[in-house]
Amino acid sequence: MKISVIITLKKDVLDPQGKVIQQTLNGMGFENINEVRQGKYFEIDTKETDPKKAKDQVEEMCKKLLANLVIENYKIIDTQ
Amino acid sequence: MKSSVITFPGSNCDRDMDVALKKFGFKNKMVWHNDVELPKSDLVVLPGGFSYGDYLRCGSMASKSKIMQSVINFANSGGMVMGICNGFQILVETGLVPGVLLRNKYLEFICKNIFVKVNNKDNKYFRNLDKDILELHIAHNEGNYFCSKDQLKEINDNDQIAIYYCNEQGDIEEQYNPNGSIKNIAGVFNKEKNVLGMMPHPERMIDVSLSGEDGSKFFNNLINNLK
Repeated sequence: MKISVIITLKKDVLDPQGKVIQQTLNGMGFENINEVRQGKYFEIDTKETDPKKAKDQVEEMCKKLLANLVIENYKIIDTQ
Repeated sequence: MKSSVITFPGSNCDRDMDVALKKFGFKNKMVWHNDVELPKSDLVVLPGGFSYGDYLRCGSMASKSKIMQSVINFANSGGMVMGICNGFQILVETGLVPGVLLRNKYLEFICKNIFVKVNNKDNKYFRNLDKDILELHIAHNEGNYFCSKDQLKEINDNDQIAIYYCNEQGDIEEQYNPNGSIKNIAGVFNKEKNVLGMMPHPERMIDVSLSGEDGSKFFNNLINNLK
């Protein structure tokens, strides 16, 4: 079973990379952008077949390793 | 005095730290990240470098290494643990010291000498140090210290800020902040002040012909405080 997670920076955390991407996009002619925030995406293929258990397990992974909850939020976006 | 330096895959300041500790009288042992037991130590150092290639977030993988459970137990029982640069990043990932280290504000890798002002001398790291302003070296890409407003209030209230970036005269102003760190913070303690994380490298300032000697002052003072 595959589970997808996205990790995003919390609102008040500075994202200099996102800012540079935004500036570059502006320079390319995409001028109507308010803000760009960069995040991470993980696809975790687990042997667990029970969707609830798999989701719980990935949530634990997020809390313990994949995200730093001081600055990041995680969201499980897809299970299949 | 006995010290241990932990080597993670990708550490590259571990041998410099070994040289520095020995120069000032420590009997130092190098400890591999995959070891479980920590040798008897008066000081444990997490050195600088790029542990695990800085994958995921700097220090995140190393903070889960086998040896780290022993380091965390040692710190929680009052043991002296110092993290320099990548070692600081590892410490914040373990939660032993508050906050996180983000990408430098202007996205540059910064490698230069800077000045720091010691904020709190009521601890074994800085007690009796005869200088308040030290010239040290920084070399990092992720040294931009950040914490939430609540955490900032907490570390202020508990006097956990160890050093600030400043100029030669000790003025702590934004223009002397190399990397965007909140309030110019360059190093923090845990609540009990036995764990210190800082971005600057004292081990690079122990030879006057190569760099400077404010690191020498730091290590000399540290070993005397531990005796």
